[in-house]
Amino acid sequence: MMGTPRLVEIRQNVLKQNDLLARNLRQRFNDAGVMVISLVSSPGAGKTLFLEKTLAALSSQYRVAALVGDLATENDASRLARTQAPVRQITTGTVCHLEAAMVERALEGWNLSDLDFLFVENVGNLVCPSSYDLGENLRLVLMSVTEGEDKPLKYPTIFNSADIAVITKIDLASAVEFDLQAALCSIESVRPGMHVIEVSAKTGDGMEAWYQTLRPHQIKKREITEQAK
Amino acid sequence: MHELSVAATMVDLAVEEAARLGAVRIHALHLRLGRLSGIVKEALIFSWDAACQGTALEGANLVIEDIPAAIYCGGCDTERELQSIQHFVCAVCGASSVEIVRGGELEIAALEIE
Repeated sequence: MMGTPRLVEIRQNVLKQNDLLARNLRQRFNDAGVMVISLVSSPGAGKTLFLEKTLAALSSQYRVAALVGDLATENDASRLARTQAPVRQITTGTVCHLEAAMVERALEGWNLSDLDFLFVENVGNLVCPSSYDLGENLRLVLMSVTEGEDKPLKYPTIFNSADIAVITKIDLASAVEFDLQAALCSIESVRPGMHVIEVSAKTGDGMEAWYQTLRPHQIKKREITEQAK
Repeated sequence: MHELSVAATMVDLAVEEAARLGAVRIHALHLRLGRLSGIVKEALIFSWDAACQGTALEGANLVIEDIPAAIYCGGCDTERELQSIQHFVCAVCGASSVEIVRGGELEIAALEIE
């Protein structure tokens, strides 16, 4: 005999486990005084070269490390390891994004208080990473000039989940007739007031401005951690 | 395309809750899905049956309540639904805002059980 179905209110966040892990990670990062920056973009936007140059430039003054996510291969980690910074590859297999648990596992054995900056390069994907908090302090979304000015309008959720937009490959802008104003308008439309940096990791254009953006964050973070001690 | 893994997580959570509630059968799962959740509704529906297969939720319905995105408009001092998630502006006064008050939901609202 069939019983009568009853509706029971649950109110449970589906991603609560990830959110909980991310919150714990953020607390660990704060306690250790390490500034954690994640990078998201579509495949081929230039995350790895941008990160390679960033690690090389910051390593003279800061202790830096990186985690890089890819479906397969350790190519990116090998590339980044040339900067002498500690780098670990996270191969996700078939998973199209990083989750907090993967970041936590990849950090095993690292003493976070030995670091000033930790970079986390997500899998190239502008959709799925938006749902997953990794415990980062700052999320960068990168778009290259070859992708079209309306990229932010096509992927508003990821731009909305990020703190800074980086327009990459700016050295190719005129060759591909990139309309910077149109791109800035798209970004402003999906995330009003968003900080935008234009760079060419290849020529170095704009990279200094990016490093300058990071410095105050790290100084503030150190001060907070020192005060807490 | 992470909807299948999201669907699988939903099934796990529902099975756990249903067991806790002493349910003998789960008829439906009610989900609140925000416009800014990063989840594609159609892909989630497509993944649902596969995720339910061989679990206590096999044959259960997925009932989705769409939650529109809303911002807080400082100029109007009130919440406003966004006309489009491509334009974070107040539909009434046109002021821009980044203060999201609704739309990120990915939440199991209720279970229909017996």
